[in-house]
Amino acid sequence: MSELAIDLEFILGRYNYWLFSILMMTGLYITVSRGNLIKKIVGLNIFQTSVFMLYISLGKVTGGTAPILTGDPDTVYSNPLPHVLILTAIVVGIATTAVGLALVVRIKETYGTIEEDEILELEHDMDFGNGAPQGGSRA
Amino acid sequence: MNANLVGIAIIDIVFFTLLVLTAVAIIRQRSLFAVAMLSGVFSLLSAGLFVTLDAMDVAFTEAAVGAGISTVLMLGTLALTDKDEMKRKRSALLPLLVCFVAGAALIYGTLDMPPFGAADNPVQTHVAPEYIERTPAEIGIPNIVAAVLASYRGFDTMGEVVVVFAALVGVLLMLGTTGRPSGKRKE
Repeated sequence: MSELAIDLEFILGRYNYWLFSILMMTGLYITVSRGNLIKKIVGLNIFQTSVFMLYISLGKVTGGTAPILTGDPDTVYSNPLPHVLILTAIVVGIATTAVGLALVVRIKETYGTIEEDEILELEHDMDFGNGAPQGGSRA
Repeated sequence: MNANLVGIAIIDIVFFTLLVLTAVAIIRQRSLFAVAMLSGVFSLLSAGLFVTLDAMDVAFTEAAVGAGISTVLMLGTLALTDKDEMKRKRSALLPLLVCFVAGAALIYGTLDMPPFGAADNPVQTHVAPEYIERTPAEIGIPNIVAAVLASYRGFDTMGEVVVVFAALVGVLLMLGTTGRPSGKRKE
């Protein structure tokens, strides 16, 4: 009986981390396996958000409340530091997403496609196809 | 105490199930418009999860920035690019394998971590109590997160603003209307 109780406590103490790892890997899978550049950025966002969740769950105190002062000296507060860190990270994250999406728009203008496979084919043609410049497109 | 933990676990698992369903829908969906909307749904659900984890300020920001601005940016990009994702020829087996191995390694790593929610975790005992103690006397506002963000760690926040400015300059240089011929570029 006591063995089972300890196991339950162990799982309750860590299941949060496991759930976020699974979510993180879903984001990684989208980023790596999909060829569409916009979908890759969405996958990166999922990856990023699950890292945020991991940080926030580290700061949670059971029975605690949001770190806003209540005036009652017995109140238990969750840790405010991960919250501050992740607030900054969210804003920086949207800035990098914006740069990534701007790059996608420029790639579409130059190559006429946002699929990774087609871009690689076009680049191969530029380097080795008919009428390729001496030394390839990157010369 | 234990009943409290189980209650939190149930709410967390409901939110988590919805998040995974959204992520799987994003994997399977080929219409990029639907993908952009689903990524907004994902951000909103994670904002809900942040509320259950006591992070109100983070939930506000995630709902406004993740579900709001991010979706608008995606839709703007969609208007300038494609509407649908192409089916890929190469197999997705290797990425799947990599994700399973990396995920297993991460989960193995969590086995040594201190339990979720315990008040005596190393992360709770270092500097956080000091901030909670000193904020009412030194800053005098009830929201500790705002006090740390804008006052104790004000220089970090200034660095964040610099990053956002740099990103804005980068986007303007790449997409700015001046100095670029309209229509397709000729190589």
